[in-house]
Amino acid sequence: MFPQAIDLHRVLPELIWCAFGVLVMLLQPFVRSRQFFTFLALLGSLAGTAAAGTAFVHGGPGFQGLVQSDSFTFFFRLLVGSVSFLVVLAAGPYLDREKLPIAEFYALLFFATAGMGVLASAQELLTAFIGLEMSSISSYVLAGYRRDSLKSSESAMKYFLLGSFATAFFLYGIALVYGATGTTLLDKMASSDGTSTLLKLGLALILIGLGFKVAAAPFQVWTPDVYEGAPTPVTALFSAGPKAAAFALLLRTFATVPAATRYWFWAFWVLAALTMFAGNLGALVQTNMKRLLAYSSIAHAGYILVAFAAVTSMAQGGSEEAAPAYAAVLFYLLSYALVKLGAFTIVSQLGGAGEKNLSMDDYAGLSQRQPFVAAMLSIYLLSLLGLPVTAGFFGKFYIFKAAVNSHLISLAVLMAINSVIGAYYYLRVIVVMYMREPSAEAVAAGPVPFPIGVNAVLLITFVGTILFGVYPNPVINFILRPALLAH
Amino acid sequence: MLSGGHLLSVLIFFPVVGAAALMMLRGDDHKFIRSIAMLVSVAEFLFSLLLLRGVPIGSSGYQLEEFAKWITAPPIHYHVGVDGISVFLVLLSTFLTPISVLASWQNIQHRVKEFFVMLFLIEVGVVGVFLSLDLFLFFLFWELILIPMAFLIGIWGHERRVYAAVKFVLYTMAGSILMLVGIVWLYNASGTFDLPLIQQMLTNGQLVLGSRTEMLLFLAFFVAFAIKVPVFPLHTWLPDAHVEAPTAGSVMLAGVLLKLGTYGMIRFCLPLFPEASHRAARWVAVLAIIGIIYGALVSLVQPNLKKLVAYSSVSHLGFVVLGIFALHHISMQGAVFQMLAHGVSTGALFLLVGMLHQRRHTFEISEFGGLSTPMPKLAAFFLFVALSSLGLPMLNGFVGEFLILLGIYQRHWGWATWAALGVILSACYLLWSYQRVFFGDITWEKNRTLMDVSAREHSILATMAVVILWMGIGSPFITRRTAAATQTVMDQVEPQWAYEAAGHVQTRPQAKNVSSYAAQTNVGRLAIR
Repeated sequence: MFPQAIDLHRVLPELIWCAFGVLVMLLQPFVRSRQFFTFLALLGSLAGTAAAGTAFVHGGPGFQGLVQSDSFTFFFRLLVGSVSFLVVLAAGPYLDREKLPIAEFYALLFFATAGMGVLASAQELLTAFIGLEMSSISSYVLAGYRRDSLKSSESAMKYFLLGSFATAFFLYGIALVYGATGTTLLDKMASSDGTSTLLKLGLALILIGLGFKVAAAPFQVWTPDVYEGAPTPVTALFSAGPKAAAFALLLRTFATVPAATRYWFWAFWVLAALTMFAGNLGALVQTNMKRLLAYSSIAHAGYILVAFAAVTSMAQGGSEEAAPAYAAVLFYLLSYALVKLGAFTIVSQLGGAGEKNLSMDDYAGLSQRQPFVAAMLSIYLLSLLGLPVTAGFFGKFYIFKAAVNSHLISLAVLMAINSVIGAYYYLRVIVVMYMREPSAEAVAAGPVPFPIGVNAVLLITFVGTILFGVYPNPVINFILRPALLAH
Repeated sequence: MLSGGHLLSVLIFFPVVGAAALMMLRGDDHKFIRSIAMLVSVAEFLFSLLLLRGVPIGSSGYQLEEFAKWITAPPIHYHVGVDGISVFLVLLSTFLTPISVLASWQNIQHRVKEFFVMLFLIEVGVVGVFLSLDLFLFFLFWELILIPMAFLIGIWGHERRVYAAVKFVLYTMAGSILMLVGIVWLYNASGTFDLPLIQQMLTNGQLVLGSRTEMLLFLAFFVAFAIKVPVFPLHTWLPDAHVEAPTAGSVMLAGVLLKLGTYGMIRFCLPLFPEASHRAARWVAVLAIIGIIYGALVSLVQPNLKKLVAYSSVSHLGFVVLGIFALHHISMQGAVFQMLAHGVSTGALFLLVGMLHQRRHTFEISEFGGLSTPMPKLAAFFLFVALSSLGLPMLNGFVGEFLILLGIYQRHWGWATWAALGVILSACYLLWSYQRVFFGDITWEKNRTLMDVSAREHSILATMAVVILWMGIGSPFITRRTAAATQTVMDQVEPQWAYEAAGHVQTRPQAKNVSSYAAQTNVGRLAIR
């Protein structure tokens, strides 16, 4: 029963991320150079991401089925690995500017990334729970990383209290499911008939726990405050990483446990509708950029949940017809992660020391002060809005397609309505940037410098957004496979 | 090479090259930027003239088709082609673009480079929409127009520009996103986004849509198009957008963008959903008639000259929609012609209004009066264009209106009566406003010293006047080429069952009578097969 070498190989990315996290912590008292840690962090996140490739090549179940290293896992490891790489790039200049300690940040980031990787590869609920806790606890600390700032501390406290509450739901759900089926292994659960009330209850509790993590309404209330208070690179991480990992676990549960698919359909239908409206209506009245993007990320979770409703509306979540719906989720998460990382990075940089300039008024006339930044942010916003030649357009299109394919026309129409509501507040930002004159102080202050790390993030996310908006073939062809392989 | 395989792609993407070239220009030499923009847009127009060679008279179906695989899952193709209808709409777009460039020569003074980039992006989208034969590709270009147009209004517009720009985007998006659901639904039923393929499947019975499904799909498409046209209760974005837009924006908006809606009806609504089109026809006709009368009445009492022209667009486009949904091949011909005529005439009207604004910085009719004394040339051009717009024989407006009325009359004399009333009203508001602006005493001292048209303006207006006259006299050049294409659309929307079905649809014999009449005129000569 001892783990074999191949088992370890199949969790290699997580091992590497953890190892680098520990290494950073150990070296922190001895090395004073900040560049060194940034370099180490970049190296670590890249190494882990590369290891995802070898883990995929030598894929299969590991640790007697506790984890699964398939192309689905590969996709998510690649995603969270790239997200953490980009966050490191953006965070370096940010931490320097805010004069915050650097090593702990990277260590926490590594542990969070490893947790997300575990979550994405888990095929057993307790393993998933460990992944969830790893990523959550690191996230709580990261949210309060600017500990001198009241808002940051508030953010951490809120996130911690509500997050642990949700985790308790999740854990209790696991207990009930175990009571009903006698196993926590997802593939063993698949053979249970799924009629017992206990199982239904357990699945419902698991859904609530994960619903919190992905910020689905009515479990979304924490999002704006946490997103606003957390250091902006951390906000970027929150909006892209943990959310994707939680969605990954949800997807894998469908693909392997048909019972879940059956009971969750209406829940997802309602969650999707509520979440879309909660996010979009909330965003309408925001004037703080971070809060606006936070509400928008709630709305986008709602769009993704539409695809989930599409998956679950099919009797067999793991069947082949469901593949495009899975692919829609994966593609959306990718396009969304790119855009949110880019947008939050710009917000972080324009915020200035102490994150003072976050209000929409600070963006007035940005197109005249910093035309390139304004153009980039516009492209990100248009991608969130789902206009052509951006990845967001295809993301939205695939979700529409999944919904219509499952005959969820009314939900598709609700999503269409929400897109229009969303258009209003995204446009508002663009209007402020392009159609208002800059304030005298802003002009006097001169352009905000964009260090090389930040520019690299912008370049990568921008190229990705446009590339996948013009030619999504490679991605879509690849992710149509994980969906099929997942079960 | 250009007349061969890739003319359409060149047409679609050449403005992109122009826009990219402009963006890469360093420095802020306005004159140089304008010259480059002019060069690009004129070159594009000349390219588009080559299309005429590719669409021979009497050819039905799509010409110069290009096909390339683009996205594998779901199968989306780059499929473009041109027929007798779209060829002239493309020509109209490529013709109005250099005109817009010229019209912006002086009144765009800041962010000049960006202005022309936006103009070219609009051209890309418009030409792309007219040439796309893949529903997805069509939608992509359709959405592409949105943002540059919003920027054009929002950055270079007048006082309430931001409001107008946002309203424009939200209205259009509300329609188009529902159309996307419709497109996906249609894909779900047919397994393809390819327009000719879907049409073929509909014709040979491979694809049968349920009555309810067909109606819902029809509505999903129709509402998007109706917002763009705009059809009566969805028109409220138009006056705002027009009044606030810079002259070039108004020209593109009225000249080309509104036609996207009517083009969409002809290209998608009717052929894809024939039964639903028949069922909806009378309701659409009612809305169109309300639009005709309402637009005309509002124009009649408009104190703002630019708003007057904007509302006259609502009225004139009501004609086009009525012509389309009369489902008669002569009125369809008329509708296509009227789309082109309206593009030129109203474009010219907006140019003239823009010239007045540049001199007086107002659109209020009460601020003018007696202008024919200081600026006789401009007054003469204005009269000429107004006459063409109200449908004076020999000028372009007449042909379209006449054909539409002729066709509608075959369907329903009541509709024709209302439409004719609209013609009379359009004469009223145009001539009355002309009288108030150009005749009478000069009531404002400022107006005494106004400059008449400059050489640049003269060249713009003369070009427009020549085209207006040519379209009026040489209309067969256009109608002979559109005839086969409109007949194809009619064949698709009017399959045999339609004649046997519902009573409100006219029966074959009468339609034949019309044809024999039309056969004597130039118009129908080639329409009959």
